[in-house]
Amino acid sequence: MTFINYAAREINCKIVYYGPGLCGKTTNIQFIYEKTNPAAKGKLISLATETDRTLFFDFMPLDLGTIQGFKTRFHLYTVPGQVFYDASRRLILKGVDGIVFVADSQESRFDANIESVDNLKANLKTYGYDIMTIPYVLQLNKRDLPTAVAADKLIQALRVKDEPVFEAVATTGQGVFETLKATARMVLLNLKQRSNSRSPVSV
Amino acid sequence: MPGADLILFEEEYQRIQEAISRLRRDANALSVVMIEKSGQSIASVGEMSDVDPTALSSLTAGNVAATEGLAQLVGESQFNSLFHEGERQNIHISLVGGKVILLVIFDETSSLGLVRLRVRKASTELAGILEAVRSKAGAGVGAMAHDTPFADITDEDIDKLFAD
Repeated sequence: MTFINYAAREINCKIVYYGPGLCGKTTNIQFIYEKTNPAAKGKLISLATETDRTLFFDFMPLDLGTIQGFKTRFHLYTVPGQVFYDASRRLILKGVDGIVFVADSQESRFDANIESVDNLKANLKTYGYDIMTIPYVLQLNKRDLPTAVAADKLIQALRVKDEPVFEAVATTGQGVFETLKATARMVLLNLKQRSNSRSPVSV
Repeated sequence: MPGADLILFEEEYQRIQEAISRLRRDANALSVVMIEKSGQSIASVGEMSDVDPTALSSLTAGNVAATEGLAQLVGESQFNSLFHEGERQNIHISLVGGKVILLVIFDETSSLGLVRLRVRKASTELAGILEAVRSKAGAGVGAMAHDTPFADITDEDIDKLFAD
C-alpha cells in the first residue's frame, strides 16, 4: 500500500525482505544501511534477541531522491525467519508494496527455502495479496559458500513466476543493491500502472 | 482491498493537522502523531526534535499489530488503546476507525484521564476526515484534480533515483 501525500509531496513504499532463518535478510539491510549516505537514511531499528536473531523486524527508511517532484522514500523491513515466528511474519507483510525473497544457497537449507516460499504465499493470501501480481524479486544469497547449490537448481525450485533473480553475497554486499534497485523499480512501475487505472482506497 | 493506496490531499491533510494540533493543546500533550497501520507516518505535531518520526511510526505500528494478534488469541477483535508509562514521559496509543493509529506523548503536566477524554473527542472528528479521504478517493476526485503524476514515471526517472 503506497502512501502518496500530496500535501508533503512524498511517496512512501514498503519493501519486505522474506526468507528462511539465517538466510541473510538482516545482513542485506545492514549492508544497505552502512553504504547509504547519512542524509538519505533514518535509523536502523532491529528488534532482535540477545543472540542477534530477529525477533520481530528490522527496519530502515531510505530516501532515494525525487520522482515527478515527489520525495521518494522506501521503508525496508525484514521478517523473523525462524519457523515459530509465523504470526510476527504475517504482521510485517501488512501494506507491503514489494518483496525480496532471500534464499539461502546452502544444500542443507534447500527445503527450508521451499517451505519459506510456501509460507510467504500463504501469508500474503491472508491479506488478499497474490504473489503472482505483487512486485517480487528472488535473491540467491551466500553464493560464496562451498556448499552452495547450483543457481539453476535453486531457480528451478524457488522461482514462482518470471521474477528477476540475483546472485548475492550479502556479507560483502555483492548483489545487495542490485536486488534493491530491481525491487524498487518494480514497485514504482506497479505504482505507475495503478495510477493509470486508479483504484485508490485507503484508511 | 489489497494493493489499494492511501492518497492524502492538501485539504484533508490540513484538516488532520488542525485536529491533532487541537488535541495536543486540549490534552496538554507534548506531541501527537497519526500513523497508518502499516507503519507510515501521516501527520504529526509537537515537540518532535528528539524523536525520529519514521522510527516512531514503524515501531508503533508493530506494537499495535502485535497487540491485535494478542487480542485475537484471547478472543477479542482488537484492543482499542494502549498505554505505556515511563518515568518522565508516557505514550497513549489508540485506533481511529479501526484503521489509523493515534499516538499521544505526554508528561506529568497532563494525565492519562485527560488524554483519554480528549482522544475520544478527537477520534470522532478524525474518523470523519478519514471518511472524506475515502469518499474523495472513491469518487476519483483526487485523480482529476491532480492529474496523477505517477502515470508519467519513466525508466529514466527511476534510473536517476539510483544514480549515486
